[in-house]
Amino acid sequence: MTIDPTYVGEIFPILARAALVNVLAACVAFSLALVGGLFLVLARLSTVRVLRLLATGIIEFVRDTPFLIQLFFVFYVLPRYGITFGPLETGIVALGLHWSAYTSEVYRAGIASVPSGQWDAATALNLPASRTWGRIILPQAILPVLPTLGNYLIVMFKDTAILSTIAVSELLGVALGQASLSFRYVETLTLVAVLFLAMSLGASAVFRTVEGIMRPRELTRN
Amino acid sequence: MFDQIPPPFDLVGPLLSGAVVTIGVAAVSCILALAVAFVAGLARISRAFPVRAAAVAFVEFFRGTSLIVQLFWIFYVLPLFGLSTGPIETGVVLLGLHFGAYGSEIVRGTVLAVDRGQWDAATALNMSPGLTMRRIILPQAFVAMLPPFTNTAIELLKGTAIMSLIAVPELAAAGRTLVLNSGRTAEVFSLVLVLYFLIAYPLSRLVRAFESRQAAKSRGVQNA
Repeated sequence: MTIDPTYVGEIFPILARAALVNVLAACVAFSLALVGGLFLVLARLSTVRVLRLLATGIIEFVRDTPFLIQLFFVFYVLPRYGITFGPLETGIVALGLHWSAYTSEVYRAGIASVPSGQWDAATALNLPASRTWGRIILPQAILPVLPTLGNYLIVMFKDTAILSTIAVSELLGVALGQASLSFRYVETLTLVAVLFLAMSLGASAVFRTVEGIMRPRELTRN
Repeated sequence: MFDQIPPPFDLVGPLLSGAVVTIGVAAVSCILALAVAFVAGLARISRAFPVRAAAVAFVEFFRGTSLIVQLFWIFYVLPLFGLSTGPIETGVVLLGLHFGAYGSEIVRGTVLAVDRGQWDAATALNMSPGLTMRRIILPQAFVAMLPPFTNTAIELLKGTAIMSLIAVPELAAAGRTLVLNSGRTAEVFSLVLVLYFLIAYPLSRLVRAFESRQAAKSRGVQNA
């Protein structure tokens, strides 16, 4: 069992470029999840009973079932109804939908943390629902949950590895392909782990810096 | 009897054996994860630096990479070092270690959240650290651990699906085989999703019960 450092040098550029696909997929899926979660939480808290039940059902179902199967469902079943995307697009859409359920719960907690006086004041001022939500509630709801949402982005960086199961040329898939040609699984897979760790720790460091910069401003807002 | 079952549900039979394996793997992995969580969580707040460092390295590795990456790493690399175990054993150990790492952060958080005064009182009563931990701290921390532990258990259950990639005959694997054999992709995957949901449902009800108890507590006694 030998470890070949020159091989590591050979595959590093290939793997690093593939890792960019993961970063891209995670960022786009995260944006989808941010928007999707907003729609879901508004439906979940809606006064229309059907909408509320539907949203609650979707959120529960998506959160309690494995993403792998959801991914297969989107990848294999949607084409039968005419909706065909490439593997990467399908993966991003599936990731976005899955994480919408999680972001919606985060939004829900944030909305619940807005003081009830805000709602009363909005009613007293006769503000329509759109103004109440758009200008009063949501801005106050989203600020405290930004750290949690940031955490989700970091988790999504790692979650993109599952896309390898539908033949997306991302880090894990490319690495397994390379390793199957060279039989050098140790170097390749260890490098994969190192790259994911670097993505995860790097993103955490960036977020902690951003939080450090934002925190002084947060204190003076109250 | 079976030829009278209407279309989507006639697919349930072959999936049920997979579901049983899923539940079994999840249950055993949960027990392992619980043990790992306590060991690593308490090690993480140890006063001995090597112990703490080892715990941090362990937790950061398993939380910093995703389950599927760890799975392939263990599956392909360990045999080269002479350690080859069957798929189910590999899966159980991996799930236990991975979710034990997440559980250890829960243990650490709840133990640190126990009021400092409890430690002081125990020291004043001449109790050893071990005795304090066992009789005073952990019982109090344990109550707070239950909700996030239940959430982690649900994540673990969903994690068993990834084991299908190393030929563990659980529900996801049974589903994929059935799709290949029957070609009824939409029905099979829908049924698989429903089955996972049914297995997870008791746990998710438990989580929601915990959540409403927390909400009731924070609303205060005057609303009772």
